[in-house]
Amino acid sequence: MESVTGTIIIPGQAEGMLLASAEPLSFWGGYDQHTGEIIDRRHPLSGEIGTDRILALPFTRGSSTTTAILLESVRRGVAPAGIITDRADVFLALASVVADEMYESAFPMVAVGRSVFDRLKSGDHARIREGGVIEFEISA
Amino acid sequence: MALTDYDKALLAGEEGPAAQMAMRILNRMLPVFGVDRFMDVEAAHIDSTVYMGVATMEYAERLADLGAKVRVPATLNVSGVDEHGWQEWEVPEEVAANATRQMRAYEAMGCIPTWTCAPYQTEHAPSFGQQIAAGESNVIGYYNSVIGARTERYPDLLDICAAITGRVPAAGLHLDEGRKGTVLLRLRDVPASLQEDDAFYPVLGHLIGRVAPDGIPVIEGMQVQPTNDQLKAVCAGGASSGAIALFHMVGVTPEAPTTKEAFQGEEPPRIIEVGMDELRRSYQDLSTAHGEKLDMVVLGSPHFSIDEFKALAPLVKDRKKADGVDFLVTCSRTVRMIAGHVGLLEPIEAFGAKITVDTCPLTSPMLPDRIKNLMTNSAKYAYYSPGLLGTDVVYGRLSDCVESAVEGRIIREEGPWKA
Repeated sequence: MESVTGTIIIPGQAEGMLLASAEPLSFWGGYDQHTGEIIDRRHPLSGEIGTDRILALPFTRGSSTTTAILLESVRRGVAPAGIITDRADVFLALASVVADEMYESAFPMVAVGRSVFDRLKSGDHARIREGGVIEFEISA
Repeated sequence: MALTDYDKALLAGEEGPAAQMAMRILNRMLPVFGVDRFMDVEAAHIDSTVYMGVATMEYAERLADLGAKVRVPATLNVSGVDEHGWQEWEVPEEVAANATRQMRAYEAMGCIPTWTCAPYQTEHAPSFGQQIAAGESNVIGYYNSVIGARTERYPDLLDICAAITGRVPAAGLHLDEGRKGTVLLRLRDVPASLQEDDAFYPVLGHLIGRVAPDGIPVIEGMQVQPTNDQLKAVCAGGASSGAIALFHMVGVTPEAPTTKEAFQGEEPPRIIEVGMDELRRSYQDLSTAHGEKLDMVVLGSPHFSIDEFKALAPLVKDRKKADGVDFLVTCSRTVRMIAGHVGLLEPIEAFGAKITVDTCPLTSPMLPDRIKNLMTNSAKYAYYSPGLLGTDVVYGRLSDCVESAVEGRIIREEGPWKA
């Protein structure tokens, strides 16, 4: 396991299998709030399930409704366990803040910068720890 | 943090529990914006209206029940149903009931019930330089780029907090520095005849979102003055394939009289040449199918304007769409009313088209399952339909959409798009 410290966007801890892409995603039209499936058919992660994963995306593109979709996903229990981004992303962070306000179920978010982000690979195991520490396997 | 007495009073609950909740959410988001202070906004556009499920309804009702009132004029984006027309479609009753409850909650907060994703084509459009809190990606792009009003890229659920408090983080596109171009897109050998064609603009929007998804593109090389509807199509395309919240078009948009001014006197950090090859690839990328099968034509994302109705009416006059093809136009209540009064709807409805207001098929579960093959002239419908509706989609110009609906199969005049 490798350990790096990123910037805490939303504090907390989470653990799961990484689902990572260097391509940004709009959750509206990109994440199914009923099933957790990535449904943007032009996105490299199309068909993957985000539920309980550590989702790694550089940032969000597209719709303002990304936040609403992620909030619905939290309420239905199909949201990712935690999110790692390249930079601070307002759309994703807000979903966690409102999930905390409404349902007391925030998910953690850490921003790690491009060089660390580029080493995150789908299928590897990752942990988000207190203090913005991320531990992840390094695949060959 | 540099909070004002007003900000602190809101946080302390002195303006009531709804303003306190809204300010608490904004305050938690302040560091995510990377700044330590708030600033005033003069108006807002609320995309939180989009019904995505029980959570979005519960959020709206929580604020409304706590007595929320907007402090600045706030227009409303589309909802989850055509309030008075959903029964004609496949909308589940529970969705209609919940989405309507969500509509009532935002109306109770004192918002203006515009129910449209093209508020810039209503009398509530902001003016140059105004500070606004806007949600809805195409609206954000249009306010910033075409009007020169200033809004950050706000997500649903935060836009209403800004409207309730009148405050936003003093960040990004609200500030001069944040509006500087970041990448120059130089149109090369893109003929004026293509630039006059409506079909060029969704393709250009889709392209800029692809090549500069997180940037502020500066587009150079326009030989014509695009219409507002054409610029609207660029905004919607760039905010679907990318996160374009502001673009400058040299000689066209208000903050770009020259390339130099668009970059605030600096050299472009990056230059991308855009020729016909790049545009053709973007055109192809907007479609997911290549066959002739057609179930439905859908127009109006962003919502159709009066001018777009004026363009459609003569194309369909005294004609009939094929039986097996649905034809849908989405617009606001106001635009439908005006279009009706000036006689534009008559030929369109006689053609067999239907009009949906308040919403669109992407935000309302209204389409029957048999609809699998769409055709549209909108980059936004083209981008999102495969994921949200599970359909294939073919992009074509308005006249292609009409001819295809008449023939009952997809036909396109490839013209300049042919390699």
